[in-house]
Amino acid sequence: MSRVFMYSRFLRLWHWLQALLIVTLLLTGFEVHGTYRVFGFEQAADYHRLAAWTLLGLWVLAWFWHITTGEWKQYIPSPVGRVLAMMRYYSLGIFRGEPHPFHKERWNRHNPLQRMAYLALHVVIGPAIWISGLIYIAYPYWGEYGLGGLSLTLIAVLHTGAAFLMLAFLVMHLYLALTTSERLFGNLKGMITGYEEEVGEETSP
Amino acid sequence: MVKYARIHAKIPTSGLTIALLGVFLSHAGSAAAPDTDPSTADHSKFEQLKGPFADGPSVTKACLECHTEAAKQLHKTSHWNWAFENPVTGQTLGKKNVVNNFCVATATNWPRCTSCHIGYGWKDGSFDLSSEVNVDCLVCHDTTGSYKKFPTGAGHPNYEPKKWPPKKGKIRPPPDLVKVAQGVGKPDRDNCGACHFYGGGGDGVKHGHLDSSMHNPSKSTDVHMDVEGLNFSCQTCHTPGGHEIAGSRYAPNATDDQGIYVPGRTNTGRASCSSCHGNAPHGDESNSKLNQHVDKIACVTCHVPEFARGGRKTKMWWDWSTAGRKDQHGKPLVIKDSEGYDTYNFKKGDFRWEANVVPEYRWFNGEVGYATLGAKIDDSGVVPINTINGDYGDPDSRIWPFKVMRGKQPYDTQNKVLAVPHLFGKDGDAYWKSFDWGRSIKAGLEATGQDFSGEYDFIETEYYWPITHMVAPKEEALGCDSCHSRDGRLASLKGFYMPGRDRSDWLDRIGWLAVLGTLGGVSVHGLGRLLTSRKRRKS
Repeated sequence: MSRVFMYSRFLRLWHWLQALLIVTLLLTGFEVHGTYRVFGFEQAADYHRLAAWTLLGLWVLAWFWHITTGEWKQYIPSPVGRVLAMMRYYSLGIFRGEPHPFHKERWNRHNPLQRMAYLALHVVIGPAIWISGLIYIAYPYWGEYGLGGLSLTLIAVLHTGAAFLMLAFLVMHLYLALTTSERLFGNLKGMITGYEEEVGEETSP
Repeated sequence: MVKYARIHAKIPTSGLTIALLGVFLSHAGSAAAPDTDPSTADHSKFEQLKGPFADGPSVTKACLECHTEAAKQLHKTSHWNWAFENPVTGQTLGKKNVVNNFCVATATNWPRCTSCHIGYGWKDGSFDLSSEVNVDCLVCHDTTGSYKKFPTGAGHPNYEPKKWPPKKGKIRPPPDLVKVAQGVGKPDRDNCGACHFYGGGGDGVKHGHLDSSMHNPSKSTDVHMDVEGLNFSCQTCHTPGGHEIAGSRYAPNATDDQGIYVPGRTNTGRASCSSCHGNAPHGDESNSKLNQHVDKIACVTCHVPEFARGGRKTKMWWDWSTAGRKDQHGKPLVIKDSEGYDTYNFKKGDFRWEANVVPEYRWFNGEVGYATLGAKIDDSGVVPINTINGDYGDPDSRIWPFKVMRGKQPYDTQNKVLAVPHLFGKDGDAYWKSFDWGRSIKAGLEATGQDFSGEYDFIETEYYWPITHMVAPKEEALGCDSCHSRDGRLASLKGFYMPGRDRSDWLDRIGWLAVLGTLGGVSVHGLGRLLTSRKRRKS
């Protein structure tokens, strides 16, 4: 058994701050949406805006970090065969107690499905949220920017739609992250300390 | 100029500056603080006002000896003419020409209605509107509080002791015209209020935001007129000039975007919120979103959270169709509620009264169309007495609060016109004499040059009254949730997306299905793993 350094300090900070902000945005966002009442509309909208700007700032840093460190390469989709192997594992192998078809390493952290899911999170769901959100926030100035003909309904629907995707992603992520590591909560511990404990023999990359 | 500029810069920042502004404004011409703006004349020293005066017109004659142009100025106003040319719609309005759903119309009921005319003797259609001595100076300029027009005197006070109401009422002593004349000054809330607080036939009946509580309102009732605070008079905002008063309900300025009123730069007077508070009225301490609402929401929409807040109720429903009933003893029926408000009166029918009323809201650009005398109506539904124009897409429209007066009133079912009931008078055609609608309607319609088919019925009507007074202290203004919620105050305003109120039901269905589907999926998956691993362990 050995400890492997998996998550750098910035990655952990980014992950947890992003988690906190996304949960805040979902909670306040669905209140602004009228789904329930917790803070009251004014507070909910204020917190939502504050969290949104903070997350945007964090995302700028995160994109910079991904690009300059080469971490972005960890999101390049895997060959189809390896994706199918993962899908077979989650739908069959995991119930039979078969070994995980993917071995996690510092520079190959994501299994083929994670690569796809996180890529979608960063280049589809994320931008859909922040682009629609920025346009939404700029609503009072639409006229000045020549966007007077834009439909608030459309922007709101896009923004809410992306929020539903984010919420669904969160549910899936929590389930997989918390329960599929080799030791219970191993991923969680790793994301906190930076190190993951390895079970069994080491394999070569 | 320096003074104006300083006030301009400070207005949005604090309540203190609003107080300063109040002091400044009362300097500028209000009677609310007389010691800061004393008159240069002591009217008790004038030879002309020594009296004695036989009647009102004799007082006016004395006034006009010095104020030579006053009557001519008043002759141009709607206060005098009861007529108003709407520059936007081209309609001729004014009390003389419109129909309402209170006492319906002034025609044929003159002496009763004209107890609120600023003149003497408008007792029938032949009143001479060019008469200078018939202008009543005292009703607006009396400061003694003792001058009152007699309710049925066609604008005259009673010159002899007289009972009101006629049979069982109290004796009203005649005013001491010499004392009243020598005590004239700038109008205060009581002068304007003598008519405007009692429109529609009684205290608070008509407007809902003007009633007897506004003589000396509390801060909570009206933050500007608060007797303990700013103590504004009506003219503080309704700036007068040559007896012409700024502000009009017939042609309201629904979107004053000229900013703060500065002589030379702006010319509409101060009869709008923004003429003092500007177009970015919420200061740095407020949520920045508030100033971003100014282009769509009238100030009063949030700042007059309810009307009739001064302790008086306002009439919300008036059903003429039930008038004329008698009780079991054959006596005319009057029913009062526990607080003393008429809920039924044999002369007028059924009433509903309400206090602390939540307004109804409409898009409004200041354009109002009226059902004037003789206008054809569509009797297939509720008949609008006036139509409020404006919509979301119109940059000159704002969401405004309204009192909507509803009721049932008589109409000619063949000619499709609202009836002009002849109500008041000593003749047998007057409804309040014979209680015969047929005769009353015939007399009223014919007096206004219309034919009566002989057939009448009652029809439901509604009348929109923009709410502008009874501005609450800022702590009592509406919060965001009042409108940004599923069933909030703007639930009935359609055609635009409002966060918190609106959603795409389809997106919600699909979205929650996706989220719950994911949750269900991972639950089944997790349960499957748990069961299979247990099985493996056993074997």
